[in-house]
Amino acid sequence: MKITYPHMGTLAMVAEQLIEEMGQESVTPHRPTRQTLALGARYSPEFACIPFKICLGTYLEGLDRGADTIVSGGGYGPCRAGLYGEIHRGILNDLGYDPEIIFLWPPLKKPVDFIKKVNLLKGPSSWFDLVGIIRRAWAKLSALDELELLAQDIRPRELRKGETSRAFNRGTAYLDRARALSEIAEAREAALQELRKVDLDEEADPLKVGIIGEIYVQLEPFANIYVEETLGEMGVRVRRSIYLTSYTKHDVLSTKGDLRSKKLAQPYLPQLIGGHGQNSVGDVIRYARMGYDGVVQLAPFTCIPEIVAKSLMPHLSREYNIPVLTLFIDEQTGRTGAETRLEAFVDLMEQRREKMSSVEKLPAESRLSYSSAL
Amino acid sequence: MIVGIPQTLSFYSYYPLWKTFLEGLGVEVVLSRPTNREILEWGIRDTVTDACIPIKILHGHVIDLKDRVDRLFIPRMVSVDGRATFCPKFLGLPDMVRFSGAKLPPVIDSRVQATRFRSGIIPFFRDIVRQLQVKPKFNWLVSAYQACQQQRNYQQLLLTGLPPLQAMRYLETDPQVRADAAGLAEPAGGNPGSKLKVALLGYPYVLYDPFISSNLYQRLKDMGVDLVTPEQVPPRQMRRLSRVLPQNFFWHYSNRVSWSSLYYLEKPGRVDGVIHVTAFACGPDAMVDKFVELEAKKKKVPFLTLTMDEHTGEGGIQTRLEAFVDMLRTKKEREEKGAG
Repeated sequence: MKITYPHMGTLAMVAEQLIEEMGQESVTPHRPTRQTLALGARYSPEFACIPFKICLGTYLEGLDRGADTIVSGGGYGPCRAGLYGEIHRGILNDLGYDPEIIFLWPPLKKPVDFIKKVNLLKGPSSWFDLVGIIRRAWAKLSALDELELLAQDIRPRELRKGETSRAFNRGTAYLDRARALSEIAEAREAALQELRKVDLDEEADPLKVGIIGEIYVQLEPFANIYVEETLGEMGVRVRRSIYLTSYTKHDVLSTKGDLRSKKLAQPYLPQLIGGHGQNSVGDVIRYARMGYDGVVQLAPFTCIPEIVAKSLMPHLSREYNIPVLTLFIDEQTGRTGAETRLEAFVDLMEQRREKMSSVEKLPAESRLSYSSAL
Repeated sequence: MIVGIPQTLSFYSYYPLWKTFLEGLGVEVVLSRPTNREILEWGIRDTVTDACIPIKILHGHVIDLKDRVDRLFIPRMVSVDGRATFCPKFLGLPDMVRFSGAKLPPVIDSRVQATRFRSGIIPFFRDIVRQLQVKPKFNWLVSAYQACQQQRNYQQLLLTGLPPLQAMRYLETDPQVRADAAGLAEPAGGNPGSKLKVALLGYPYVLYDPFISSNLYQRLKDMGVDLVTPEQVPPRQMRRLSRVLPQNFFWHYSNRVSWSSLYYLEKPGRVDGVIHVTAFACGPDAMVDKFVELEAKKKKVPFLTLTMDEHTGEGGIQTRLEAFVDMLRTKKEREEKGAG
């Protein structure tokens, strides 16, 4: 089997390892480009969300490079992502391709189906081998997450712009080559060392921003027009609401999802609406309570759950006194346009912080009226 | 106590049920006006820009009702068959309305979540009684029973091909008038072989709303086309077709559209063409539309998608419909000549 799959942030690297260690050939997708998106958008329904279009583009590129199997995954409703498999199959067949499409459902919801599909994928390797393969993949995934977290911490304080991103890329390259557990541990150490070498402005006190929203646009930098990097270089320390390891624990290996966020969302949205809609509502509250300076909601254009979440944002923003910027992303979204909006948002947060700190010097009663005016 | 029901979305499928039940409890039921330009403008003003047209229109209807009623009736439609849910926007609808910013009367957001329609409807009714805080005249179970009866009559009327608004009017007229009307029903005229039959697929709140669809239904009738819609597919056929696809959609209304497309395309000659009507920025329809398109392409049946948005021009729709119908006529004539 020559397997291709969607490119979602650092996951592609781990998927490549998984597939190759199971004895299959991996047609590793490259980071999506404008061409990938244009190719996908040409054959996708107009109002399909951007992950659908990017994935289709990635598949088409992979198929042209000789892939014969596509592996992907999605939830089981009511978000549209669960239907990608069937609709992609329809479109690809219509274009004259006939790949095998293996679409993984959450293992706990469709256990039998999942085991069948894994059995198909694991090929010649035994179930016992699989344990080792998964352990190594997990080690790499954790190392990558650690690297991302550290990069997010130091990027706003770097003295020379872009240095963190370069160090991060070097670090992921080390990890990409590592396969055995000892190699992964070594590569992780080397990669973290690369990041620690970056010169920092020790005095800086960066703004803190939480990134929330739909998983694909959060995790794939191309899909979110590099929002994480852009914000970081503007001097903002970002945190995402989704990291691959936590996502695997909460949503793949459990049916409950991130309970903290869901609990917080209850008074506002007491209903599971699919995707990360309910999480987005809860996450805003969570970040507000943790004292963040702002929240950026990322969502693909026409994403149904995020639209519902967005309609609650003005209310939440007022009630919890936290600025929220929503970016709906489609194939027309340009990097410059988004940068301008982010810059304005960062300015707003800076002014807000100054006002807040001056408010704290005022006597208590006037502070009250002032902060409600904010 | 006056309860307001927006005249859109699930209104088209369940209004007789709600109305009979609420009136049985002794509350007055008020409908919003039919969708018009003003309601649309209100809706656009009050909704997030990314929402689809039906949701914007719903907000308009809410604004239309808010000063006239004591309670707004916006049930949370989750599921009526235990498998498919409604579109996520239906699931979050009461919350979207409640936090839309306008000053609104309290919202009755009872949840419909049933494995089978009848069994799940009882908790739904009980919740309405609780939220309304009214002392019903009789036991509310009586009105629940009446409501279900009325709903069944309504669904049977829909199956005969009566559009929802006419079916509701028919249910409300007294039996004598109804008997007279039945006698006057026009006999199926003309040569049935040569009349075009088109499957008009889409969600009831788009198809039958004369404003959003710019009166599509009537326009096609006026062109002398026989129309069939998802409402005319017998329930048993729907159930059969629900087991055909490798994977169904996750959403109730989308499933109805995809199954009815399968039904109408199943046998050659059942319909001469398929029109899929969709609302601008409708999420599920991005998938459904592709599905119906590929299905029609496989069966070599002409297919047309019409997307309705805030400023669909009537002229544009008329031209496209005429072109499509003309094309179908030419095709049919050629085929009949070829056969003869």
